[in-house]
Amino acid sequence: MWLDLGLIVGKIAVVFIGIIAGAFVLTWAERKQSALMSDRIGANRAAILGIKLMGIVNSVADALKMIFKEDFLPPKGLRFLHAAAPVFAMFPVFMTFAVLPFGPTITVGGKVIPLQILQLDVGMLYLLAFGSIAVYGVLLAGWASNNKYTLIGGMRATAQMISYELILGLSLIGPILVYGSLDPGVMATAQNGYLWGWIPKWGIIVQPIAFLLFLPAAMAETKRCPFDLPEGESEIIGFATEYSGMRWGMFFLGEFAEIVVLAAVLATVFLGSYQVPFLFDAGEKLGMAGFHFPWGAYLPIAEWAVVALRILSFGVKVLILMWLQMQIRWTYPRFRYDQLMRVSWREMMPIALANIAVTALIVMLVA
Amino acid sequence: MAPNRPSAVKLSTYECGEEPIGSPWIRFNTRFYVIALIFLVFDVEVLFLFPWAVNLSRMGLFAWIDMAVFITILVVGLAYVWGRGDLDWVRPKGSERGAAAGK
Amino acid sequence: MELLRHIIFWLFAVLTVGSAVVVVFHPRVIYSAFALLFTFFGVAGLYVFLSADFLAAAQILIYVGGILTLIIFGVFLTAKITTLDIPHQTHQRYVALVPIVMIAAGLFTVVKNTVWPTAPLPHHPTTQVIGELLLTKYLVPFELASILLLAALIGAMRLARYYRKRED
Repeated sequence: MWLDLGLIVGKIAVVFIGIIAGAFVLTWAERKQSALMSDRIGANRAAILGIKLMGIVNSVADALKMIFKEDFLPPKGLRFLHAAAPVFAMFPVFMTFAVLPFGPTITVGGKVIPLQILQLDVGMLYLLAFGSIAVYGVLLAGWASNNKYTLIGGMRATAQMISYELILGLSLIGPILVYGSLDPGVMATAQNGYLWGWIPKWGIIVQPIAFLLFLPAAMAETKRCPFDLPEGESEIIGFATEYSGMRWGMFFLGEFAEIVVLAAVLATVFLGSYQVPFLFDAGEKLGMAGFHFPWGAYLPIAEWAVVALRILSFGVKVLILMWLQMQIRWTYPRFRYDQLMRVSWREMMPIALANIAVTALIVMLVA
Repeated sequence: MAPNRPSAVKLSTYECGEEPIGSPWIRFNTRFYVIALIFLVFDVEVLFLFPWAVNLSRMGLFAWIDMAVFITILVVGLAYVWGRGDLDWVRPKGSERGAAAGK
Repeated sequence: MELLRHIIFWLFAVLTVGSAVVVVFHPRVIYSAFALLFTFFGVAGLYVFLSADFLAAAQILIYVGGILTLIIFGVFLTAKITTLDIPHQTHQRYVALVPIVMIAAGLFTVVKNTVWPTAPLPHHPTTQVIGELLLTKYLVPFELASILLLAALIGAMRLARYYRKRED
């Protein structure tokens, strides 16, 4: 029992540190990459004993500044809700990662350990459910700040988030139809199957339209460019205007954590989770762990190396998807609000419904 | 750990440098409410899709037709709000009190 | 493990009832709405204890993510919300007794006739079973639900438009 409890705590610690580390790297990568893309130098001033680490030290300085910055409350604002809002922006993001597997199920000394905090049969619903709680962060922040603009900003952000939440849900139905399960762990295992023996059954291959719907919808949920109308850093007064110091930092941290978590969701559902193409473990191929290529070649690899490769592959996929989100952010201009609503309700919604109908038809004919 | 040195100016609400007038808790445009209403209906639909998606490959054509009927009925709803212009953010002048939210 | 289970159960139970009390008695309606979030969340937790995983996720997705957003939007829409005095006194005490007795009797009958499992139930995934039942045994109610949703949508749109016209 204590061992089980210890394992759970251990896994939570790994995931938590992973997300925080990812968010930390993102704060640096965002400044450096944006600088690169607009031909600037970017963060390069902060130094510890002359060591700058290409500006990484700047992120440390930012964090320190945020902790020591004065944290004020608008005088007529609602004290309690004002304090609670950032928590609601951050906490559900961390919760959602619990159902995502970050590696295969491993066996250590006869003990079976799935590298997933929560093996949940309704995993995908759980993801959406906690994603929907994040709305309260912006809604309460807008209301509690005692400011007309933050209220309108909060409303705008909420309407945007709920509109795109629908698209998220609808686009996930496609992969669920294909893999026949709501559990991300099962979906991950299923993605080591192959079409006609050689094309990996990754979500992006069997459900390309769902991927193309999910990615922008997910970016709209994170409220980042080209969907950054709720915040718009320097131009738009958004829901977080009356926040400063660590409370603002929590919104900011929640947003970066959301990028990491969304990259993980995308990797899990559409990029084969922790699977490496043609890599099988001993259990899947009668004790012959390693690469089994479709043309018959076999490259044996030790069992522990298979596990290591898979965890590594998950990490690499998450990093690539994080980079992709940054790249999109600095490439495309912002939507106008009416365009934003039109895209979700009048363009993505019919496509998503059609995708479900067609996928269902194909799944049925194959079965 | 943060210091706390409030002053009247620092604490005043930021409204582009103007003095705040009136209460911020104003009535805003009903359009947001309408979007939330439509969202709720389709959220329930998405929820029903999940148990169906898990079962489809096992139950075949029958299940497909069931859900087709279910979705078609709701698509009628979508077509209705679409056709009546509830999904348009910018309406023709005169049909709405001002284009900006929160008037 | 058993002790932990009990502690978590009581946490959820206290959360649900406590926040429900706040919903009823708080003088500011925005706080009531906010407390309702915790009530819904607590109920979802209790569903998990009943091995109803699908229902728990649905509770959060629909009630917290959808209905409560709508309620809070409704609060925001209310005119002169800051000066509005929300009455908390009781009116018509004796008339109210009738529905109270009726509801209490109904609840009592349900409590009495339900077989309460005292040992923890083995965990069964419910999504698949629910899907099967919806598509076979409860097909008619399921399809009727879509018509109900359609009616609700059209009705709500008509009402919203009616009041918008009147304001012009």
